[in-house]
Amino acid sequence: MDFLNPATWADALKMKAERPDAVPIAGGTDVMVELNFHRRRPPALLDLTRIGELSTWDLDGDTLRLGAGVSYARIMAELGEQLPGLAMAARTVGSPQIRNRGTVGGNLGSASPAGDAHPPLLAAGARVELASVRGTRLVPVDEFFTGPKRSVLAPDELIAAVLVRPAAGPEQFSKIGTRNAMVIAVSSFALALHPDRRAVGTGIGSAAPTPRRAAEAELFAAGQLPWDTLGALDPDVVRRFGELVAAAAAPIDDVRGTAAYRRHALAVMARRTLTWAWRDLCG
Amino acid sequence: MRVTCTVNGVDRTADDVWEGESLLYVLRERLGLPGSKNACEQGECGSCTVYLDGTAVCACLVAAGQAAGRDVRTVEGLAPEGGLDPVQRAFLQAGAVQCGFCTPGLIVSVHDLLAHNPQPTDPEIREALAGNLCRCTGYEKIMDAVRLAAADGAGAA
Repeated sequence: MDFLNPATWADALKMKAERPDAVPIAGGTDVMVELNFHRRRPPALLDLTRIGELSTWDLDGDTLRLGAGVSYARIMAELGEQLPGLAMAARTVGSPQIRNRGTVGGNLGSASPAGDAHPPLLAAGARVELASVRGTRLVPVDEFFTGPKRSVLAPDELIAAVLVRPAAGPEQFSKIGTRNAMVIAVSSFALALHPDRRAVGTGIGSAAPTPRRAAEAELFAAGQLPWDTLGALDPDVVRRFGELVAAAAAPIDDVRGTAAYRRHALAVMARRTLTWAWRDLCG
Repeated sequence: MRVTCTVNGVDRTADDVWEGESLLYVLRERLGLPGSKNACEQGECGSCTVYLDGTAVCACLVAAGQAAGRDVRTVEGLAPEGGLDPVQRAFLQAGAVQCGFCTPGLIVSVHDLLAHNPQPTDPEIREALAGNLCRCTGYEKIMDAVRLAAADGAGAA
C-alpha cells in the first residue's frame, strides 16, 4: 500500500488522476474502520488533511462554499446561522471525537443511504463540486447518489466542496436511533422552508437505496401552506404531507429496523419537522 | 514507511509502519505508549482518545501517516512524570475506575471538556462523554469525578 500525502489541491488531483485506485481519506471515520477490520486493502491511501483550502468555507454572494474537509464540529460551531439544518444533523453525528474528524466531503464520498449530512443538503438544494485534472463540475446533490454507497464520482475525481445557499427560512432535522449518540440513523428526515420563493425542500435518509427527496410532498406543501397569512397549519395538510413523505421512501427490513417502522417514523418526523419549521417561520 | 511526530512534547520516530496502520497501533506497538487502549477499532468506544494538534480524536481512526509532523498528546502526557493531572486525581478520589480499560480515554475526554468548558452542566458532561463507553461503572462515579475535577478547577489548569 502507498500513502500519498499531497500538500496542494493541484497535487491531489494529479495523484488521483495517476492513481484512480487510491482511496481518499480525510477524517478516517469510515475508511479506517474498513482498514482496521480488514474489509478493504486499497493499493493506496490519498490523505487530504494537509490541503488547507479543503477545510475552509466562505460566502460568495448568495452561495456558501463549504470545503469538503470542514469537520462536523466546525459546522456546528460556525454555520448554525447559515446552514441550520446541516448544523442540526452535524450535532447528531457520532460523538465529539467523531465530529472533530468527520467531514461532509467524507460523508458524500461514502455515499451511505444513512449519511447524516445528506438529508439537509437535499432539503437545501445543495450542489456538490467535483474536481479532477479534467476540470470541475457541479452536481445537484439529488443527482449525486446512484445506489447504496455509490455516487456519480468518477475514479479520477475528488469532492472539493458543497455549494449551498444560506437558509432563507427555517430548517429542521430529525433522526431516529436507539440512543442520542453514536447511532446510525434508522431513518432521518430534513425539511427546509424557502419562504422567499414559497418552496419546501425535503431530504429522506436511511429509507431508500440512496438519500432522496420527497418531491411530491414538497410540491404539495408549497401549494398548501398559508404563506400569505402565516396562519395556523391545517392538520389535514400536515397529515397528508407526512403520508406523501412516507410514500416517497423505499425502505427495507434490516438489523436497524423494519420497512414498516421506517415508513411510520418518516411520516411522524415529516409532520413534526413541518410543524416546528412553520412555528419558527411565524415566530 | 517511517513516521515522525511529536508525542507528549518529544519528537518520536516509528519505522516499518504499514501505510494502512492507525495512530493507535503506532503509539501502542511501536512507541511503547500503551495508555491509549485498543478496544473497538471503529471509533465507538473512545478508549483510544488522544489529542491530535490539540483536538480530541479516536487514535484508531487516524491513519499513521496523517499524524506525521503533527503534535500528539496521550494520557501519558497529561501530567508531569510521577504526577497526576487534576482529572486523574478526581477519578481516583471519586472511585470512577473499576476495570480501568475505558479510563484513559475518559481522562482525555474530560480533560478536553474542562479545557473548553470549566464548569459544565450534567447534560453537557453526558454529551461530551457520549463517545466514551464504560461497561463497569454505570457512569455515576464518572459523573462524580467530572464534577469534582470541575470544582477543583481542573479546567483552569
